[in-house]
Amino acid sequence: MADAIEVRGLTRKFGNFVAVNDLSFSVKQGEVFGFLGANGAGKSTTIRMLCGLLRPTAGTALVGGMDVGRDPEAVKRRIGYMSQRFSLYELLTVDQNIQFFGGVYGLSGERFQARRQFVLAMAGLEGREKTLTRDLPGGWRQRLALGCAILHEPSIVFLDEPTGGVDPLSRRRFWDLIADLSSKGVTVLVTTHYLDEAEHCHRLAIIHAGQLAALGTATELKQVFDSRPIVEVQAARPVQAMDVLDRLETVEKTSLFGTAVHAVLRSAQTSPAMLSSALAAAGVDVRNVGPVSPSLEDVFLDVVERVGAAS
Amino acid sequence: MGLRRILHLMRKELLELKQDPRLFGVVIIAPIMQLGVLGYAATTDVKDVPVAIVDADRSTASRELVHRFEASANFKIVGMPGSTAEIDRYLDRGDAWMAISIPANFGQAVAAGGRTTLQIAVDGTDSNSSTVALGYAQTLIGGYAQDAAAAAVPGRPVTALVTPEIRVWFNPRLESRDFMIPGIVALLLLVVTTNLSAMAIVREKELGTLEQLNVTPLARWELISGKLLPYAAIGIIDVVLVLVVSIYWFEIPMRGSIPLLFAMCLIYLLSTLGLGLLVSTVSKTQQQAMMTSVFFFLMPMLYLSGFIFPIENMPQWIQPVTYLIPLRYFLVIVRGIFMKGVGLEVLWPQAVALFAWGAAVLALATLRSSKRLG
Repeated sequence: MADAIEVRGLTRKFGNFVAVNDLSFSVKQGEVFGFLGANGAGKSTTIRMLCGLLRPTAGTALVGGMDVGRDPEAVKRRIGYMSQRFSLYELLTVDQNIQFFGGVYGLSGERFQARRQFVLAMAGLEGREKTLTRDLPGGWRQRLALGCAILHEPSIVFLDEPTGGVDPLSRRRFWDLIADLSSKGVTVLVTTHYLDEAEHCHRLAIIHAGQLAALGTATELKQVFDSRPIVEVQAARPVQAMDVLDRLETVEKTSLFGTAVHAVLRSAQTSPAMLSSALAAAGVDVRNVGPVSPSLEDVFLDVVERVGAAS
Repeated sequence: MGLRRILHLMRKELLELKQDPRLFGVVIIAPIMQLGVLGYAATTDVKDVPVAIVDADRSTASRELVHRFEASANFKIVGMPGSTAEIDRYLDRGDAWMAISIPANFGQAVAAGGRTTLQIAVDGTDSNSSTVALGYAQTLIGGYAQDAAAAAVPGRPVTALVTPEIRVWFNPRLESRDFMIPGIVALLLLVVTTNLSAMAIVREKELGTLEQLNVTPLARWELISGKLLPYAAIGIIDVVLVLVVSIYWFEIPMRGSIPLLFAMCLIYLLSTLGLGLLVSTVSKTQQQAMMTSVFFFLMPMLYLSGFIFPIENMPQWIQPVTYLIPLRYFLVIVRGIFMKGVGLEVLWPQAVALFAWGAAVLALATLRSSKRLG
């Protein structure tokens, strides 16, 4: 089966600034594909090219088999798009928004009624059809925006930072909706900078300074730490502990995670106990030292640092 | 298919407008206010010119002259200072626009049939009104002088050899209101449709809904039609409102064809809505859109269209610029239909120019508002 999205050498320049630089990846049908990156890394620019909103400077992208550069209108008929701003008409009621977007997508009659019911149920807005969208709390508005974006049952959905400014419960519920879509065969490409959310994605691309820095499943991405274990150090004064660890030969680098310090070791041979004694020798008040499994945050920081050092 | 999508867009637009508290103000109150202001306050008619008269003569003749000023509807005597030195005070404060000094020997000279002079000092700050007021004074004093001459030398014919017989066409009462109010149709359509449409499109940019619409299969022409047509409808409603108030309240004569007027309004709307769209393509926020349309389009158009200042009075080099202003053509059309009762047989050049202008600006704006944002 052909991939839902196929990107080859996609590049976009704004003047001299290269926002997206020679990006290549593909997304399988029904996959939830996460796009990770800092603000300004080029995530939104990429998504907007894939939606036919922005013409690529170079490279090609096939979305649903259609070339976004050559036939953006054909792409638009096949996709749903939701931006970080939950773009709805605030002065319209919930129902009026659904009717409007349904009308724009050419839905009518029974099909429209069925989709309307689906969206209301999905967003949990049954009984609030006459509420002004302006008065909806963020989580509801977010789900309504998603509903309006998929009214026409697109096979590919682009979500550009869909969970910004929404409470954790709503975020969780939103990811459940994404999983539902995926289980029905809908391809979802989602950007986020919440690394905890990224675990919900089947595969992830980390994008840094417009370039693809890493690509794979969360487990695959974490494999970079297979030969470089991470040790978590709990100390009374974490910054002091970091200073000591940074001077150790066996420690590649350290970073602060809340009140704990994560130290990446140069080899799997070094044991936590060795760090513990080194810290004690330096007079650091250590509470606990133990191995931890790498989080996506560890991966992200590592990737960004390596790409930064390489360029 | 396309038509249905446009109807959905229009319906959405009107629903949004219904929720917007500013709408009622802009669509209903603003036209009424403009009518009120231009119908009552912004009159260029000069009436009741405040005048101060120094009568140093106090003769029958001088009293007769003062009496004529008193009786005239054009003047209002605001003071009779004792000496010419006090005139300054009246003019400085603006209590009087005009001060007349009747010299001490005035009555004697008039009775003897000799020549005498009157000094008239005018506040020239507002040069237009002063000129008009001076004209009144000259006519009044001229009439007086003729009568005085006739009285002094009996038997001599009092009428001049040539008497102009003046007939004022189209606006026999020379009411500036009759001239201004039809212009409101033109001004209002410009203000309401250009501003509202520009702001409506920019509001969608601000909300992000324009981008959302751009990823739908909506074609550009569908989007633009659906966005602009509701404002054309609002413009037409305002024209009806203005017509009703002008004709039934201000009793402005409507001599021409009302259907023709509406047809011309539709042509005019091409350019006002086109301008609105153009403004929206260069603005990122509603505030910018407002500023751009007011300062770059509305104000220059107001001044250069002949709405207030006659184009014929403008310097030669600036007159060609006025051809770039759609309001200019439409004003000629509206005033022509309203006051002269003429039709397309006279107005067709303006109608053609207006249409060409509208088509051009709408085409330019459509090109600029490229659906693809990059």
